[in-house]
Amino acid sequence: MNKRRFKEKLAYSFLITMISIIVLSICLMFYFIISRGIRVINWEFLTQMPRKAMTAGGIFPAILGTFYLTMGAICFALPLGVSAAIYLNEYAVQNRLVRIIRISINNLAGVPSVVFGLFGLAIFVKFLNFGVSILSGSLTLGILILPTIIRASEEALSAVPNSFREASLALGATKWQTIQKIVLPNSFSGILTGAILSIGRAAGETAPILFTAVTFYSMRLPKSIFSEVMTLPYHIYALMTEGTHPESQVPIAYGTALVLVFLVLGLNLIAVILRNQFRRSKKW
Amino acid sequence: MKSKQHLKEKIIKNIFFLSSLSSILFLLGTSFILFKEGLPLFREIDLKTFLWGKSWYPTYNPPEFGLLPLLLGTLWTTLGALIIAVPLGVSAAIYISELATPKIKDYLKLAIEMLTGVPSVIYGFLGIVVLGPWLQNLLDLPIGLCALTASLLLALMAIPTITSLSEEALFSVSKEYKEASYALGATRWETIIKVTVPAASSGISTAVLLGMGRVIGETMTVLMVAGGAAVIPHSFLQPVRTITATIALEMGETVVGSVHYYALFAIACVLFIISLALNLSADYFLYKFRRTSR
Amino acid sequence: MVDEILQSKNDLKMQIRNLNFYYGTHQVLKNINLNIKSNAITAIIGPSGCGKTTFIRTLNRMNDIILGIKIEGDILFDHKNIYDDDIDVVDIRRKIGMVFQRPNPFPKSIFENIAYGLKINNLTVNKGELRERVEIALRGAALWEEVKDRLNTSALDLSGGQQQRLCIARALAVQPKVILFDEPCSALDPIATAKIEELIQELKEKYTIVIVTHNMQQAARASDFTAFLMLGELVEFDITEKIFTNPSQKITEDYITGRFG
Repeated sequence: MNKRRFKEKLAYSFLITMISIIVLSICLMFYFIISRGIRVINWEFLTQMPRKAMTAGGIFPAILGTFYLTMGAICFALPLGVSAAIYLNEYAVQNRLVRIIRISINNLAGVPSVVFGLFGLAIFVKFLNFGVSILSGSLTLGILILPTIIRASEEALSAVPNSFREASLALGATKWQTIQKIVLPNSFSGILTGAILSIGRAAGETAPILFTAVTFYSMRLPKSIFSEVMTLPYHIYALMTEGTHPESQVPIAYGTALVLVFLVLGLNLIAVILRNQFRRSKKW
Repeated sequence: MKSKQHLKEKIIKNIFFLSSLSSILFLLGTSFILFKEGLPLFREIDLKTFLWGKSWYPTYNPPEFGLLPLLLGTLWTTLGALIIAVPLGVSAAIYISELATPKIKDYLKLAIEMLTGVPSVIYGFLGIVVLGPWLQNLLDLPIGLCALTASLLLALMAIPTITSLSEEALFSVSKEYKEASYALGATRWETIIKVTVPAASSGISTAVLLGMGRVIGETMTVLMVAGGAAVIPHSFLQPVRTITATIALEMGETVVGSVHYYALFAIACVLFIISLALNLSADYFLYKFRRTSR
Repeated sequence: MVDEILQSKNDLKMQIRNLNFYYGTHQVLKNINLNIKSNAITAIIGPSGCGKTTFIRTLNRMNDIILGIKIEGDILFDHKNIYDDDIDVVDIRRKIGMVFQRPNPFPKSIFENIAYGLKINNLTVNKGELRERVEIALRGAALWEEVKDRLNTSALDLSGGQQQRLCIARALAVQPKVILFDEPCSALDPIATAKIEELIQELKEKYTIVIVTHNMQQAARASDFTAFLMLGELVEFDITEKIFTNPSQKITEDYITGRFG
């Protein structure tokens, strides 16, 4: 008996060690980014153009570029993704085509992001001749986040009780009226959560936009959707790999990393809070 | 009146239907583009030279396009990452699902969820400025950016996927199994290891496969920290180069329509096929798990 | 006896003719023939799984939204088959309202719940008329006095019985001809049940009512006609009093006296 107890204790200590390693790594990561990043962040850093071949100045164009790209991506992916989810959850019957659609969504979610970059390069940049631009990058990122949006929206739609749909139909509402007036309003916060998570994901991606949207250094802000942009994640990469003055560029990279992490995790946190609030306030 | 409304309903339904086809379109479109741009490579070199070629020198004269160093670089870093991430991730899942108090459980889940959100470029950056130099000192290496550095960071990226999906699988194991085990006089740990974990095993397999998929397709981290040498790896302390990193690094410098351009699409095809296979097997295990857990 | 009473065609709101219903390969309803009289209450009773709910849902085509079903036979509503190709199912559901087993108010305000059907069917021209119609509907469901001061609070804050009366009011608002009740009291306590039954009695003046129930006393107390369904077949249909005092089938007697079910 004692031996069994001992074994159990040993096993628990092992598990606790393992989880401590994970938690410690997370803490260390944030410690480095926050403690080093906070030193360079000030109002000028956030609102100024880079100067002296990126060894001084701010990161404003990168912030703006990330904003443009993610907004473009969500404008493209959200309507498409929500429509697809509505079809799958409200209209679709279980047949082979629907199974293929679902398998495609799962596999699309697993495609390496750099492969989307190649797709974007071949289709948007070259074939449709959008060039390396905000438009090409947004569309590429949009495809990347499409599976996430479809899944989150479908989950939100299926959480709406069927009795609501029945009640609406029994009052003489058409299917579309029921979806529009009953189903969508009641799944709104779930869809919003998915959209916010997707924005966070798109904001942090680098590989898909390497050949479709970004430029290392831009003297001026983007003028139209056909302009190249700087973005936060690419800025970090560029500073670390193409710079020649590490002593002044590493601190800037730390600052950029902090801004990016703050942005992405902030969005994640909002999504989590929103989701929990929604679950708690739900009465049905 | 009736037919007008009917028509409207029909149009709306078809709009939604077409939208749902978009994912098929993008998946097929992606594979079509990859093969269309990748296959012309084999007009220049034969398939065997590509698959078994031991060196990748795209800019030499004549250039060599051997897949092997890149493929092994990918597999090497992935293997390293899984060796680290699977024990850590599954242990964490067991702890969260079976042992943690509700409050600790919430905090740990939140922490893991936050880890999912950290962009890969951040891992790469920390690899260059913190982990690489630290490993270099610790192990007295000539260079800190090597397969091991990449594997450690990739492991950290795979942990959220592995932990959260495994935790879900463990959580959904029926309480009755566990109670039956307790009733037979098993300790909590014996129940976990002999009843709960085996019952969740196909769910855990899905988690590991999807974690692996995330690692194999990861680009920025390996691009920044793996060292970048396109040679066949012999040790974890050596710089390596993965398929993804090669594409990211070299695509910007190639001329569209050159042999090099085709070669990069060809290695992307290989990557695409690997990740497709991983996803399909993950789907299979998930299907199996859902059937047995009913 | 029932045939004599239900002889005059003008009195019949709905006629069910040779109705067969299949779910996949399983036949749920077998050759049902039944007449439903205007301004009367017709109760459908039977053991669980006998097809009561399936039957009542064929009357306003609510089964259409379920996949893999097949329906044969005619259901005439005002002498017109509701399964004809030229019939608008949406219009049928407006004219034949339904109240479900569990109260299912929308997570909106009390006012908006009632106004929903009026709005989607474009039944009112202005705000004033809308308010008026909402009030009429709530009065019709004997709920007005209880909720008139809090029309803008969430319908989900009402008690179960109030929620069910709200659902009745919601159905009344779109001015149906027939109201179908699918075990409307199964989720309610006895006091709330009594209120709903009383309300159904009043509604009979203006509407034709079909009610599915597993509660024998309820059928006996509250209905004019009773149909007894078993294993998808209509065993007996007659005046309620006759069914409960002198059924012509042995099996009906066994059921209503509680020997099975």
